[in-house]
Amino acid sequence: MSSIVERHKTLERNVTLLAVLAFAAVTIGGIVEIAPLFWIDNTIEKVEGMRPYTPLEQAGRDIYVREGCYVCHSQMIRPFRDETERYGHYSLAAESMYDHPFQWGSKRTGPDLARVGGKYSDEWHVQHLKDPRSVVPESIMPTYQFLAERPLNQGNMTAELQTLYTTGVPYTKDQIAQANDDLKAQADPENATEFKTRWPKAQVRDFDGDPKKLTEMDALVAYLQMLGTLVDVNAPAAQEDLAKEKGR
Amino acid sequence: MEQVLMRAGLWFGALVLAVVACALAVDQGFAIHMAIFGIAAAIALWVTISGKSVDNAVRGVLRMPDPGRYDDDVIRWGVIATVFWGIAGFAAGLWIALELTWPQLNLGLEWINFGRLRPLHTSAVIFAFGGNALIATSFYVVQRTCRARLAFPGLARFVFWGYQLFIVIAATGYLLGITQGKEYAEPEWYTDLWLTIVWVAYLAVFVGTIVKRSEPHIYVANWFYLSFILTVAMLHIVNNLNIPVSLFGSRSYPIFAGVQGALVEWWYGHNAVGFFLTAGFLGMMYYFVPKQAERPVYSYRLSIIHFWALIFLYIWAGPHHLHYTALPDWAQTLGMVFSVMLWMPSWGGMINGLMTLNGAWDKIRTDPIMRMLVMSLAFYGMSTFEGPMMSVKSVNSLSHYTDWTIGHVHSGALGWNGMVTFGALYYLVPRLWNRERLYSLRMVNWHFWCATLGIVFYAASMWVAGITQGLMWREYGPDGYLVNSFAETVAALHPMYALRAFGGLLYLSGAVIMVINITKTILGQYRNEAPMHDAAFDPEKDRPIVAQPA
Repeated sequence: MSSIVERHKTLERNVTLLAVLAFAAVTIGGIVEIAPLFWIDNTIEKVEGMRPYTPLEQAGRDIYVREGCYVCHSQMIRPFRDETERYGHYSLAAESMYDHPFQWGSKRTGPDLARVGGKYSDEWHVQHLKDPRSVVPESIMPTYQFLAERPLNQGNMTAELQTLYTTGVPYTKDQIAQANDDLKAQADPENATEFKTRWPKAQVRDFDGDPKKLTEMDALVAYLQMLGTLVDVNAPAAQEDLAKEKGR
Repeated sequence: MEQVLMRAGLWFGALVLAVVACALAVDQGFAIHMAIFGIAAAIALWVTISGKSVDNAVRGVLRMPDPGRYDDDVIRWGVIATVFWGIAGFAAGLWIALELTWPQLNLGLEWINFGRLRPLHTSAVIFAFGGNALIATSFYVVQRTCRARLAFPGLARFVFWGYQLFIVIAATGYLLGITQGKEYAEPEWYTDLWLTIVWVAYLAVFVGTIVKRSEPHIYVANWFYLSFILTVAMLHIVNNLNIPVSLFGSRSYPIFAGVQGALVEWWYGHNAVGFFLTAGFLGMMYYFVPKQAERPVYSYRLSIIHFWALIFLYIWAGPHHLHYTALPDWAQTLGMVFSVMLWMPSWGGMINGLMTLNGAWDKIRTDPIMRMLVMSLAFYGMSTFEGPMMSVKSVNSLSHYTDWTIGHVHSGALGWNGMVTFGALYYLVPRLWNRERLYSLRMVNWHFWCATLGIVFYAASMWVAGITQGLMWREYGPDGYLVNSFAETVAALHPMYALRAFGGLLYLSGAVIMVINITKTILGQYRNEAPMHDAAFDPEKDRPIVAQPA
C-alpha cells in the first residue's frame, strides 16, 4: 500500500503524466460501451417499413425539437405490460435509426409519443396544440396557437435533406432535389401526384384544416401523425426481427 | 507593439467574419447571434487598440483592491458572475416550476414556453452558475496551491469573457428556439465551436499555472480540476459532432442517430454530472473544506484511491439513463453495475471531506459557512447513494420518466453544488476584497436555513410526486384494465408541483440574502450583530464522560 502511495508521488510531480493517465482512465468506459453499437446487429439492422422522414415531416420534427417537446414527452416505449397497453408495442432500435437527433426523452410530464400517429384525428391535434386544456382539462401543456398562424418557413429543404444524407440517412437523389416542392405537396392533395411517386406510403392531406396556408401546424401534425406508424410490428417479418433482438 | 497588432488583427478578423455571417444569415436567429458576436469582437478590438485596461476600469466599479501577490481580478469578476447567474438560474427554475403548476403562466408566448425555458434553467444553473464557480475557484485554488501567479493572464481574461459570451449566446438561443435537441447539450454548432476555443484556453491557463508552480507536488484539488477540464473537453467535442445545414444558418444535425445517438448523449449527459458537477466541485471541496475547518485533509491515501476510482468508473455509468430502452441489454447492465460500484468512490470523497472536520466539529455550531460546507457534503453523500439505487433496473422501471429523477438531480444540484459554491463564495469574498469579515454571519445562517428547508420541500415533494406517478401509471384494477388515464396522473401531481415551487422560492430567497450580504461586504460595510454563539468555553467541562461500572 505504502509503495503505491510512494509511486503515486511521481504522478503528483508531473502534470503531463497526471493528465495523460487521467485522460486514459476516462476514455476506456466510453470506448467499450459505445463502439460496439456501430457493429452489432440489433442496433444497426433495418426492419420492414422504415423510411426516412419526408420533407414536411422533417420540418415538423425540426419544430418539435425547436419547441423542446422532448423535455416533457418521451418517444421510447419500454417493454412493460402497462406501457405497451397504454402506448402500443415497445419501441425497436430500428424505429429511431433516422432520428438526428434521437428524441427518446427522459421525462414524461406528458404521455409517450412514440406511437401517437393515427391515434387521434388531425382536428384533435390542431385543437389540442392550440389550446390543450380545451380537450384535456387536466393538461399542463403550454399553448401553441402561434404554430397555426405562422407560415412554414424552414429554409432550404434540399440543403436540409442533403445534410441528413451526409449523416447517413438514405434519401434518394430525387427526394433531395425535389424537397422544396415535396414540402408543399404533402399538405396539398390536389398537387401531390409526383410527391406520391417519390414517397409512396406517406400520408398526404391538409393537416391543419386550413388549405389556404402551409403553416408550422401542418408540419408538426404531419410529423406527429406518422410517429410509430412505419413499422407494422405485428407483421410476421417484424416479429422475426424482434425474436432476433435479444436482451429485453 | 507587435503583440498588440497581432491581437488587434485577430479581433478585426473575428469582427469581419461576424459581420459577413450576419449579412448572409439564412435565419433570423443566426443573424442575431452573429450580431452579438460582432459586438463582442468590436469591444475586444477597441479595448486592444485603445490600450485601456479593463482591469482598471472594472476595479473601480467593483471596488477591487489593488493587485496583490496573486492574479485575482479574474476571480473577483468570476465571483460576481457566479452570484449573478445563480440568481438568474434559480429564478428561471422557480418560474418554470410555477408554469408546471399553473400552465396559464406560459402566457401563450413562444419565448417563455416551458419547452424553451427549461433548457435555459438547466444551462443557467449548470453551465453559467456552476461553470463560473468552477472557473473562478479553480483559478484561485491553482494559484494558492502552486504558489504561482496565473500563467497567461491575458488568456485567463479571455476565458472569463469568452465564457460569458458563450452563456449569452446559448441563453438567447434557447429563447429564440435555437437548439440541437439534446438535453444539457442544447447549444447549436457555432456556440459549441466557440466554447471549444474558450475551453482549450482554460486548459492552457490551468495547466500553464501548474507547470510554473513553486510547490513540488500538485495538490489533490488540482487533480480533480484537471480531470474535469480534460474530460469535459472530450465529452463536449464527441457529443457535438454535428453537420450544419448551412454555414450561415443556425440549424445542424448530429452525425449520430437513434440508439448510437442516445448512448453518446447519455455518456455525455451523465458525465456532465460526473465531471462538471462532481469532479470539478470535489476540487472545490478539497480546498475550501480544509481551509475553512483549518484542518488538513483527512486521508491522503483515500484521496488517491477515490480520485482514480471515481474518474475511471464514472464514464461507464451513462447507460443507466437508458434502462429498458432499445439499447442492448448488456450495455444497460454494464451501466447499472458500474453505477452501483460508483457509490464507493463517491462516498470516499464524502468521507474524506467530512472526516477533515475531525477535531473541529464544534465549528458546525459556531460557523455557518462550515455548516454550509458540511451540509453540501451530506447532500453529496445522499444523492450519490440515491443515484446508484435508482440505477438498479428494477427501481429504475418505476422511477424512470417520473419526477423522482428531477428530485434526485435537485438534491445533488441544490444540496451539493449549490451549498459548496455558497460556502466557497462566503470564504472568498472577504479575502478577495481585503475585508476583515463578511457583512453578516447571521445572514449566512439565514441563507443556510432557507436553502436547506427549500431543498427538503423540493426533494420530498418530488419523491412523492415521482412514486405516485410511477405507481399510478402501472396500476391495474381487478378487471385487468389500467386504472388511470395519463391525464389523471397529471392532475394528481398538482399539489406536489405547488410544494416544489415553494421549495424553490425558499432556495431563491436564501440566495437573495446572499446577494445582499456579499454586496455589503464588497462595499466594506460590517453589520453590528451579536455573535453566533455565546456560551463561554469552560475547560472544566471539556472532558470525556467516563462510564461508571454498574
